[in-house]
Amino acid sequence: MSIPLSWFLILSAALFCIGLFGVLARKNAIAILLGIELMLNAVNINLVAFWRYLDPAQMAGQVFVIIVFAVAAAEVAVGLALIISVYRRRNTVVADEIDMMKW
Amino acid sequence: MTPVQIVFILCAVLILGSALMVVSTRKLIHAALWLIVTLFGVAILYAILEAGFLAVVQVAVYIGAIAILFIFAVMLTRRELRDKSPQLRKNWGAAALLGLLAFAGLAFLVTSQPGVGRTAAAMPDGLDTVQALGKSLVSPQAYLLPFEVVSVLLLAALIGAVYIAFTRKS
Repeated sequence: MSIPLSWFLILSAALFCIGLFGVLARKNAIAILLGIELMLNAVNINLVAFWRYLDPAQMAGQVFVIIVFAVAAAEVAVGLALIISVYRRRNTVVADEIDMMKW
Repeated sequence: MTPVQIVFILCAVLILGSALMVVSTRKLIHAALWLIVTLFGVAILYAILEAGFLAVVQVAVYIGAIAILFIFAVMLTRRELRDKSPQLRKNWGAAALLGLLAFAGLAFLVTSQPGVGRTAAAMPDGLDTVQALGKSLVSPQAYLLPFEVVSVLLLAALIGAVYIAFTRKS
């Protein structure tokens, strides 16, 4: 395969920074979760690229990606449940207005 | 330019373009649909990297479950924050600057490391990656314990999600 490793790393850095922008700049709590998904995918690209380029016989990279899949699924399930629950009580999904626990 | 490089560049344009649409489009349902395009591009990358199982899991779990969950959540919280009000916070310029700075720093770090220009060696002969992955997930010498822990985490998270989103009739 004739692609340099740096291409994958730069692509995943760019995807991570787009996700970071989404998390920091969006108002809607669901959009913030979308940004987190982009960041998790950037991490996964890095893990798979290092697995392929360093030692494909060691499965650590792929195993870690599978664990990240499971953690992402758990995070989305709990996050969206929280957002829907807050929406029922407060009728808002704007992250700035969800401040019931602010002292 | 070899064909696989051209495929990679097209895939990168697809991923980054759709990711920019995810963070910038006004309608949230469109953002969720653009996220599916991004996830599909990442699945193509996995296929380029010869991780076929992960490409399939990416499509099945990420697109099939997580993206659909997002679409449901968007539809269930629809009334608020319609398309008229701004979708970005007032200080989004600072966020964009921080993102650009982070990208510049990461790109500098990546390109300054020795050995990042290397290309991948051919896959070792007789290595069945799906078989090796499956064996390492159930072997006590390898990753059995993390695998079981993450399954317990997923179960706990799903029970918690049901509990949180449950409406009590009172």
